[in-house]
Amino acid sequence: MEERLLEIKDLHVEYVTDEARVFAVNGLDLTVNRGETVGLVGETGAGKTTTALSVMRLLPDLVGRITRGSIILDGIDITRATEADMRLIRGEAVSMIFQDPMTSLNPVMTIGEQIAEVLHLHEKYDTKEEVEHRVDEILRLVGLPPERKGEYPHQFSGGMKQRVVIAIALACEPKLLLADEPTTALDVTIQAQVLQMVRELKEKLNTAMLLITHDLGVVAQTCDRVGIMYAGEIVELGTAEQIFQKDERHHPYTVGLFGSIPDLTRKTRRLSPIEGLMPDPTDLPPGCRFHTRCPHRMPVCEVESPRPSYNGGHLIRCHIWDDRRCSQ
Amino acid sequence: MTEQATVNPSNPVKKRSQLKAIWFRYRKNKLAMFGLALFLSLVLVAASSGLFLDYDTQVIEQRMRERLQPPSSEHWFGTDQYGRDVFARVVWGTRISLFVGVFTVTIALTVGTLFGALAGYYGGTVDNVLMRIMDIFLAMPGTILAVAIVGALGPGLVNVLLAMAIARIPQFARIVRSAIISIRGQEFIEAAKACGTRDGRIIMRHILPNAIGPIVVQVTLHMATTILGVAGLSFIGLGIEAPTPEWGSMLSEAKEWMRYHPYLMVFPGVAIILSVLSLNLIGDGLRDALDPRMKN
Amino acid sequence: MTRPLVETRDLKKYFRTPRGWLHAVDGVNLTISRGQTLGVVGESGCGKSTLGRVILRLLEATGGEVLYDGENILTYKQDKMIEMRKKMQIIFQDPYASLNPRMSVSEIIAEPIKVCKTIAGRKAIEDKVYEMMDTVGLARRFVNTYPHELDGGRRQRIGIARALALDPEFIVCDEPVSALDVSIQAQILNLMMDLQEERGLTYMFVSHDLSVVKHISNDIAVMYLGQCVERTQSDELFDNPLHPYTQALLAAIPVPDLSARNRPQNIIRGEVTSPVNPKPGCRFAARCPKVRPECSVEDIGLKEVSPGHFVACILY
Ligand SMILES: Nc1ncnc2c1ncn2[C@@H]1O[C@H](COP(=O)(O)OP(=O)(O)OP(=O)(O)O)[C@@H](O)[C@H]1O
Ligand SMILES: Nc1ncnc2c1ncn2[C@@H]1O[C@H](COP(=O)(O)OP(=O)(O)OP(=O)(O)O)[C@@H](O)[C@H]1O
Ligand SMILES: [Mg+2]
Ligand SMILES: [Mg+2]
Repeated sequence: MEERLLEIKDLHVEYVTDEARVFAVNGLDLTVNRGETVGLVGETGAGKTTTALSVMRLLPDLVGRITRGSIILDGIDITRATEADMRLIRGEAVSMIFQDPMTSLNPVMTIGEQIAEVLHLHEKYDTKEEVEHRVDEILRLVGLPPERKGEYPHQFSGGMKQRVVIAIALACEPKLLLADEPTTALDVTIQAQVLQMVRELKEKLNTAMLLITHDLGVVAQTCDRVGIMYAGEIVELGTAEQIFQKDERHHPYTVGLFGSIPDLTRKTRRLSPIEGLMPDPTDLPPGCRFHTRCPHRMPVCEVESPRPSYNGGHLIRCHIWDDRRCSQ
Repeated sequence: MTEQATVNPSNPVKKRSQLKAIWFRYRKNKLAMFGLALFLSLVLVAASSGLFLDYDTQVIEQRMRERLQPPSSEHWFGTDQYGRDVFARVVWGTRISLFVGVFTVTIALTVGTLFGALAGYYGGTVDNVLMRIMDIFLAMPGTILAVAIVGALGPGLVNVLLAMAIARIPQFARIVRSAIISIRGQEFIEAAKACGTRDGRIIMRHILPNAIGPIVVQVTLHMATTILGVAGLSFIGLGIEAPTPEWGSMLSEAKEWMRYHPYLMVFPGVAIILSVLSLNLIGDGLRDALDPRMKN
Repeated sequence: MTRPLVETRDLKKYFRTPRGWLHAVDGVNLTISRGQTLGVVGESGCGKSTLGRVILRLLEATGGEVLYDGENILTYKQDKMIEMRKKMQIIFQDPYASLNPRMSVSEIIAEPIKVCKTIAGRKAIEDKVYEMMDTVGLARRFVNTYPHELDGGRRQRIGIARALALDPEFIVCDEPVSALDVSIQAQILNLMMDLQEERGLTYMFVSHDLSVVKHISNDIAVMYLGQCVERTQSDELFDNPLHPYTQALLAAIPVPDLSARNRPQNIIRGEVTSPVNPKPGCRFAARCPKVRPECSVEDIGLKEVSPGHFVACILY
């Protein structure tokens, strides 16, 4: 069933603070089909969390707002939905695993109560026993001993809290799961279990997932398609095969990302990160946003914003790969 | 590799002091500024009332011939059942009522915060002992407690206020304690401990600023109830002695005449509402201004 | 061999829970030499953060010793300990929760200096703040911003700047790069290694990312449920992992490569043993593919199977 579940078109999001206007997302296009896992990779501050928050309509009040574009989720335009609609949509249609496990848990409720509350909220189960049973089941699913459900968040380690957060997000079996770095706080064995669990869920319930992560290894293991984000834009988008194929065409930023990973098989003294930092989001450079750090910079990059070029569904936004320019 | 290229290092950005930053955010909140203006005018009225009013002849002297007159150009707010000018009494009352509210809440806040902070921060036995004491106080209705305390200390304005303050301590202690418990486990507190910060500084600089929201709300709420509470005590003869113009007692005296002389109630009532309102607005504004996450 | 900078002897930390004592750290012996990095890896919840905090005395140990430069700091009185804290700092896992949301960047970095009074005078402190910001690569225009306005990488730089402000010798790094993307991660790791070289810092580096740990560490300790199950040189551990848990851990590393994609995943399964009042014997026995009946008889201590390679397993 190749049907679009989430379609983000030309999304622009800004944060307005005392000192400045932060252009966090600048013209982002992305679709997620039913049952598909799309990875979103990019540097800190690229606007990944902001994109996810826009879909949840949870941007900070007054400060953050969508200035342009549309987000269609399961046929509903999120940018126009009322707050009451959103309450129904959140949890049932889409739920989010937040980046920061500590602040998304209530410090004065036991973790068992917090999972049960979500189940109550969406009236999934009738009797108390059923709810309790389900809570145990979910906890076991994320690898926590159910007998610890009576404890409070501060009694758990960072990774265990993250597992609780994952459990809460999965409790209602949403159609779309926005996972904002769900496994960064987990060790590799638990991470493997959680990813396995997510894959099972995907097969069983056809859950789609937007997986935001820094770990290219995780992306390689789980994602069908991958988007590389830079300064609020998607600079490269393709199937996992296209992105991970070393000898394919790539955006220079993608090449840089892959180059920064410490290699287990080789010994190096220093890592080679991409030079420089993300451009200041209050004052983005003209032309290609990556030109300030790009090793293949051309004069045109400083003035003209590159158009996306497609190659069998593989999108790259870079002047080097713009065919029209190449032929010139 | 660093970001230095983006700024000129010889011209560093000016550091902004915290107070300035708070004022900057507070100033943006129109309602809060209105509240502040209102409160300052009340303070001004209280401070200057002695300059143009003579307490003995204008505020407490009874003139039975002029009793119960409706508002007129001579008596702006009318006169009461003893022929005293209501305007003069309301204005003079500002001094007393503001003092009552501020004094009581300050004491309750200071002591309550201290107890709550100790209980919440140290937990364990300290928490148990302090909070059980607070529970005993909480279990008794505030007024009865105050009556008991005034009974023990003897009547008089300061004793009444002390009684009111003591009755409110447990409520502040509770709020502060629960706020602190939810903050003390966070990592930035540990980071502070890791560089040898002493407990006092951790509480004052790291925990309380993060707990300010619920405390400020509590403060403004209690200001209002205190002013009314003193009136209640005055009514049963334990509060402010009879001729002293205090808004609460004026209000309760006016109750008898409500039917035919409603203005007697209206003016002290409006005064109470205005002062409570101003404090509420200030409180809300302050809460937001103190939280850097609430920009705009 | 010279005296190690930090050494723990049979260090224990138990937490009281409604169901009994939770053995978060249960008899850990480690040594970290001056100017070196010890990597600590293990399942989440196995007590890595607790271990770091107990070493810094942010938590009081239940038993054992922490020797810093040969002296047991667990017996220090409060004043001496506060003096000691200038030498030992921590960088946290969570760049969100570890910064006070009410304080601006400059206040956060200046706070340790003000507390320890290492520098006097407003101007001098201000200069030091700018110096620290330059050191960690944070643009000066961020002095007045608050943590919530910054992204993870910059927040983590603030955390590092705060830790460095007192010029410490030893830093516990509790997953300092977990929240960062690979490029910033590489920058921060380079920064930390440069600082180590310049200042002779000693690190205890906790992380889940084994490729990162391998890159930065001289030695690695693998923990499982409060105990250290294997400890050796970094390369040796990857070339020759002995403990079944270490082997499972290394096998689970996701490689950024599609070739491994359809490889059958041998994820370790089985109920996670509860750390509350654990039974004697190997804690990993319930999930171990090579389990034997003897495993659950008595606790198994670390044994040196080859020079410098310690493992706690009945198989060796
Ligand atoms: N409340 C806010 N006020 C002002 N600026 C903000 C706010 N939240 C985010 N930003 C800015 O918006 C930009 C995008 O932030 P976002 O959190 O979406 O990045 P991200 O890609 O999720 O990064 P990370 O990988 O670190 O989580 C950043 O430059 C950030 O500083
Ligand atoms: N304050 C506390 N009270 C009770 N139990 C606690 C407390 N702090 C930690 N624990 C428990 O101690 C154990 C070890 O926790 P710790 O935070 O050290 O794990 P960790 O190895 O750092 O995990 P992660 O990799 O997820 O951060 C866990 O089972 C945790 O639930
Ligand atoms: Mg994010
Ligand atoms: Mg930890």
